Amino acid sequence: MPAVQDTIDRVRKIDVDQYKYGFQTEIAMDKAPKGLSEDIIRFISAKKDEPSWMLEWRLEAYRRWLTLDEPTWARVHYPKIDFQDIYFYAAPKSTPGPTSLSDVDPELLKVYEKLGIPLREQEILAGVQKTDASELEEVSDNVYKSGRVAVDAVFDSVSVVTTFKKELAQAGVIFCSISEAIREHPELVKKYLGSVVPTSDNYYATLNSAVFTDGSFVFVPKGVRCPMELSTYFRMNEKNTGQFERTLIIAEEGAYVSYLEGCTAPQRDENQLHAAVVELVALDDAEIKYSTVQNWYPGDAEGKGGIYNFVTKRGDCRGDRSKISWTQVETGSAITWKYPSCILRGDDSSGEFYSIAVSNGYQQVDSGTKMIHLGKNTSSRIISKGIAAGFSQNTYRGQVSAHRKATNARNFTNCDSLLIGDQCGAHTVPYMEAKNSTAQFEHEATTSKISEDQKFYVMQRGIPEEEAIALIVNGFVKDVIQQLPMEFAVEAQKLIGISLEGSVG
Amino acid sequence: MLEIRNLHARIVDDGTEIIRGLNLTVKAGEVAAIMGPNGSGKSTLSYILAGREDYEVTEGDILYNGQSILEMDPAERATSGIFLAFQYPMEIPGVATMEFLKVAMNEQRKARGEEPLKIPEFLKRVKEAAASLSMDMAMLKRPLNVGFSGGEKKRAEILQMKLLEPKLCVLDETDSGLDIDALKIVSDGVNALRAPDRAFLVITHYQRLLEHIVPDSVHVLYRGQVIKSGDKSLALDLEANGYAGVIGEAA
Ligand SMILES: Nc1ncnc2c1ncn2[C@@H]1O[C@H](COP(=O)(O)OP(=O)(O)O)[C@@H](O)[C@H]1O
Ligand SMILES: [Mg+2]
Repeated sequence: MPAVQDTIDRVRKIDVDQYKYGFQTEIAMDKAPKGLSEDIIRFISAKKDEPSWMLEWRLEAYRRWLTLDEPTWARVHYPKIDFQDIYFYAAPKSTPGPTSLSDVDPELLKVYEKLGIPLREQEILAGVQKTDASELEEVSDNVYKSGRVAVDAVFDSVSVVTTFKKELAQAGVIFCSISEAIREHPELVKKYLGSVVPTSDNYYATLNSAVFTDGSFVFVPKGVRCPMELSTYFRMNEKNTGQFERTLIIAEEGAYVSYLEGCTAPQRDENQLHAAVVELVALDDAEIKYSTVQNWYPGDAEGKGGIYNFVTKRGDCRGDRSKISWTQVETGSAITWKYPSCILRGDDSSGEFYSIAVSNGYQQVDSGTKMIHLGKNTSSRIISKGIAAGFSQNTYRGQVSAHRKATNARNFTNCDSLLIGDQCGAHTVPYMEAKNSTAQFEHEATTSKISEDQKFYVMQRGIPEEEAIALIVNGFVKDVIQQLPMEFAVEAQKLIGISLEGSVG
Repeated sequence: MLEIRNLHARIVDDGTEIIRGLNLTVKAGEVAAIMGPNGSGKSTLSYILAGREDYEVTEGDILYNGQSILEMDPAERATSGIFLAFQYPMEIPGVATMEFLKVAMNEQRKARGEEPLKIPEFLKRVKEAAASLSMDMAMLKRPLNVGFSGGEKKRAEILQMKLLEPKLCVLDETDSGLDIDALKIVSDGVNALRAPDRAFLVITHYQRLLEHIVPDSVHVLYRGQVIKSGDKSLALDLEANGYAGVIGEAA
């Protein structure tokens, strides 16, 4: 079934502000007491059986965090967060650490099943259906080519299972939870953790460094092309619990990896905090493709509840000719504060940022990227598509800078915003700075409203209004959708349709 | 099949009345030509039939198979069998023509309680229809109407009409922008669709199109009213003598 049709089916099945992933699961949980203190950090570190250097690292970050103030420059508004009212650690009781699939609580497996996330390797292997892909290709470029995907599933504060580990290990690829990596591969973690986003980076990154609970670790050694897509699914289940994801991906010389993260959370009246740090390191000739499909609970139609998504994501193109590409589809969260960035340190390195940010209801999105050109002949490309509906505010904030020594830095930026209705807002805040006269920066930006002419034309073919809007919007974001791994492009299109549900009255 | 009774309609934005007491009846199986000088309200009439919200009907009614359609939205009218081939088809960036066709066909099937088409069947239909209009399949992978020439857009409209199998087909100046070969192909396409249970409203400026699509009736629209009706000889008369005579007569 082509994606758009599917989108429409899905949209139809859902009532206004019925968040599909909004169910919650009763699972016995092991929790730290509420609030934040050095003791809580010691508790987390002990739960994870961490070496003492890790605990020291955390405590140092915590002491620094105590001296910082929350940033206020983003175009987002929310009441002050009471950090003493949050649980910083919650883990399903039956899962003391990553285990094999057979040890995982069946209730938990059910959660992931419900979310449509494949955890059973056997089923994934058996279930590959290459139906009429070649015929579909004639209909659409977005062919759903089922491939194999290794999954790390993170439930609240811990990784519950990682699939395909053995097969990946044979290729030399390490894919495990960050907690396991700290225990099993301390030399790698020590070398790279905090080397892209230092503990002192910003308020939320510093907080994350102190209290991070779980996330994924990927190491692709020299010359290896990772044999399958890697992905992590984050699920926030517990009430009043923060999720502090920490992910670290390293691609050595000439290595390649494509990684995707997906996120969902139950529907709750209270706001919940997700403060993540993701660090990518690409050495000479390495390439990392990082995709996000973010669908945290956005809050209800009146703006009650939803996730605060305060995220620091940064990639370091440390080696020459290295490449880092961020692709994000942001449909969820009450507030998104997120700027996946690239430091183009190596000569001839390149960075890309492809983004779709959809906001509806009372959602607030302030997202964009930073491309920091340090090496010679570095290039970057930014394609941002913002779609604002309802009463939402959608801001693109971007920074492109060329260092004095960055000769021949090139950037192309294209920011398009689409407004649905007249109660929402779209804003573009680009910032460009070239300290080297050879830099070539190009910037294009458009803001448009969904055209009545287009809508009428599409509806005249028998396509109902909401489906017509979903179709036009999916056309608007096509350039970015094409950047996603095939397996996720279809899912992303569906999500966009669902997120715009109720956007027309 | 279509009965327009004393229709009055105005532009919502500024209240200008464009359709001023229009009467028109079209029977099933009939091909009715609507002619008239520029600005007389032909396109507006086609939009109102299709349910465009920029116009407000202030008086009169439009009956389709005996039922008023004024309360139906454009998608509902389309699903009930009303198709409009636009004078200026819209571009839909990023949406492949093929994908658009599939969504439209399946939406209409769904509304009729039918299963979506299987991909091979869908492709078969599209390939046949495209071939009959001398359209290249490669073009159908491109976003709908984006960068299409005037003639290609018109063909794409007829392609959609063929595939959606409507009952009331409104063609708004489908001949404009077509060279003589394309005009022949498009007319053949329309003629092939003529059927006892299908009616056509062919809006045109020129007799030229009516040589290919021979109408059963011809109606002259002027200042939002049908001022004269006749058979196909009326079109020839207009071609020879212009609208002035007819307009003078009516005045
Ligand atoms: N949405 C609109 N806004 C302003 N004027 C309009 C609108 N629609 C139609 N008109 C005016 O109504 C008249 C009839 O237009 P139209 O139906 O396009 O004529 P035709 O198709 O016969 O050439 C013209 O004077 C046109 O400018
Ligand atoms: Mg016209």
